[in-house]
Amino acid sequence: MSLIKIALAGEGGQGVQSVAEILAEAAYNENKQTIYIPNFGLEQRGGVSIAFIQVSDKRIGAPKFSKADVVVALSERAIGRTAGYSDMNTLFVYDSGFMVKPEELPREAKKIIGIPAVDTANRQLHPKVFNIIIMGTVIGLTNVVSFEAAKEALESKLAYKFEKNPDLRELNFKALAIGKEMAEQSLKEGVGSNA
Amino acid sequence: MGMIAPAIPKSWYLPSKPHKFCPGCGHGIVLKALGETIDELGIQDQVVFGCDIGCSLLSWNFFACDSTQTHHGRTTPVMVGIKRSRPELITIGYMGDGGGYSIGSQHLLNSAVRNEKVTLILVNNTNYGMTGGQMAPTTLPGQKTETSPFGRDVDLTGYPTRGPEFIAELTPDSAYVARATVSKYKQLRRFLRNALRNQMEGNGFSFVEVLSTCPTNWRTNAQQTWHFLEEEMEQYFPIGEIKTPFGKGDK
Amino acid sequence: MPKIFEANKKAFITGNEAVAWAALAAGAEIMFGYPITPQNEVMHYWTRLAPEYGKGFLQTEDELSAGFTVCGAVQSGKKAFTATAGPGNVLMQEPFGMAEAMRLPLFAVIQQRGGPSSGTVVYSQQEVTLTTFGGNGEGHRIVYSTATHQEIFDYTIKGFNAAWKYRFPTFLLGDGYQAKMREPLEMYNPEERGIEMVKTYPLVGLEGKIGEDREPQHLCNIYSLEEELYEVVMKFAAEHEAISPELVEYEEKECEDAEIIILSHGVVSRAADDAVKILRAQGIKAGYFRPITLRPFPQKQLREAINRRPARKLLIAESAYGQLDRLTKQEIYGETVAIENLFMPGVGIIDYDIINKVKSIL
Repeated sequence: MSLIKIALAGEGGQGVQSVAEILAEAAYNENKQTIYIPNFGLEQRGGVSIAFIQVSDKRIGAPKFSKADVVVALSERAIGRTAGYSDMNTLFVYDSGFMVKPEELPREAKKIIGIPAVDTANRQLHPKVFNIIIMGTVIGLTNVVSFEAAKEALESKLAYKFEKNPDLRELNFKALAIGKEMAEQSLKEGVGSNA
Repeated sequence: MGMIAPAIPKSWYLPSKPHKFCPGCGHGIVLKALGETIDELGIQDQVVFGCDIGCSLLSWNFFACDSTQTHHGRTTPVMVGIKRSRPELITIGYMGDGGGYSIGSQHLLNSAVRNEKVTLILVNNTNYGMTGGQMAPTTLPGQKTETSPFGRDVDLTGYPTRGPEFIAELTPDSAYVARATVSKYKQLRRFLRNALRNQMEGNGFSFVEVLSTCPTNWRTNAQQTWHFLEEEMEQYFPIGEIKTPFGKGDK
Repeated sequence: MPKIFEANKKAFITGNEAVAWAALAAGAEIMFGYPITPQNEVMHYWTRLAPEYGKGFLQTEDELSAGFTVCGAVQSGKKAFTATAGPGNVLMQEPFGMAEAMRLPLFAVIQQRGGPSSGTVVYSQQEVTLTTFGGNGEGHRIVYSTATHQEIFDYTIKGFNAAWKYRFPTFLLGDGYQAKMREPLEMYNPEERGIEMVKTYPLVGLEGKIGEDREPQHLCNIYSLEEELYEVVMKFAAEHEAISPELVEYEEKECEDAEIIILSHGVVSRAADDAVKILRAQGIKAGYFRPITLRPFPQKQLREAINRRPARKLLIAESAYGQLDRLTKQEIYGETVAIENLFMPGVGIIDYDIINKVKSIL
């Protein structure tokens, strides 16, 4: 596997860093070289939070990057904040429910993908697993980690919650699968970068 | 009958005597009282003595005890670092009013709040002696110094710091806080003994301010010096034990 | 010392956590610290490990106090340390100066953040000058600049040893990226790798009865005569110089036939390493040189690297506006190689930035 660079961005409290941490943990558990760096700003809460993840079979150089293979914007504000990480090789993902002005979307992208993650979470699952859908989407787009590794990492991260409420396990795994499916579907649909 | 030589405390370091304080300076009295107290308590080998910068630094080799010099105002944290690392040692921080109440005030205040098990002795002579007699936090209203040549104007520079009073407010009951004066030697000895005892018993923070003399910078003769100490300073800064775990306290 | 790790324990953790584990592995006994981003988690992890291993911690009132409590603790013979960044590093220059003057085995971790002033809480390489030459002294210090979590672990252990062996204040110079990012590393008990931990000893609070078994210790830090101070400083300078050959560490790659050598330190050297590989693949003869010790500086080795071919150009890349550049120029004074720079104060540098720069100047 060659180097995969992922930027996840959203509002503080959306679980961006948690998702990034679980993904990075899963990659590490698969014996891949992994770097995860949170963009930590002044705000403890509020403000756009970005996570930078790099996964590779080989040693990884600089901890940050300027252009990502996949950018996921989990909020409307995060779109503008992360557009700069996108170039002609980037899959740029955002929630199709966002009100987005076309000029806010990145000028360059391999593909701009709208995913109905919020809507799917609200209607079919639970609003709280919105970020797990996103995690599934990242896996579906990049195969950065195997689905099994992702499940295991989720299990170990959320074990204490699953213990209290076993239904949560099913809910999270389902969200992960739906996210992955939606991503794979979107790649097949061949929506162009002018979407 | 011949002259009786004054008794020299066993814990004094003789090669550094005679000491280098100015004639009439109160430091020698405080350090003699401290030396006698160390002897009395039999703690010479456990003491780590730390001195600030300012006139107090001249005490760096005063005692035959392990001693260290620090920086302006930083004796308190150095003593805290030693005590936190080696609680069996008895740490004595020695500083002036500038070091304790001004440049090192955050250390004094916070170590009092944390009830650090150290003993701090602060010599108050109402000015910065070593740097040439500038105004200190303890300079009395109207008192002339090199940086208050027309007398301390309280409207511009506030009132003198009453250190033991504020430290008493910050510390729990296990702390020991007192103000002594070099004019009352036996009482000074008693306060120093209590301050060290309090540390040795592991009770808490121990602080003694000692009112002292500085004829060089006050530009006073012997009589004027003593007058200023007893009639001005001791009136403004009340003498006594403000907080003590040992009974009622000596007012 | 009790065993802390199973043999060669692999971990995927942040750099700050690696510092805490490494300090534990090195036998550190007490930490003094004050909150400042991005080093906070060193304290967070240490305070969680401390009770289990019987270690001490004190959160002081400020960085002055954190530095001076460490000075006191090491004087009493305990392996003590602190960690800080940015304005905290500025305040700590005062206690670091005391450690320099009194030759105290102080160890501190610096996680550089953006400057000047409060700057950012994120990242920079702008504390090079401060950490190597801060204070009103002569920079008689040992400074290791790390690039990976493995190095953070290795050089924390090494740093404690250097401090206690040579008694110059010793620093691990990291940065916000290294502090906050997670990366794999292998942790170990130093003894199991054959690393002998230097024994600590007290400078005050010694054993024995004063006057019978020993003389009292009087540690001096202020002198009456300028000649006295001169002698002390000259002695320290000579000692610092004398130990430099055994202390200096560096990395050199592909300099034998290099037309251009990229000089960088710390985390930027990762990008430089990649850049050199890519440039080589494109037929550009680039080399890589990285001082690991910024103080003492591997000046002899850098001069040799420059003069192999000799190189036509030296490109100094750093996340600062010329701090490594100044340090390098004073160290290799007299070399005629053309020095170019890529200064990106307070932001990360990636291979792409270096490659572009190289192409623009070759």
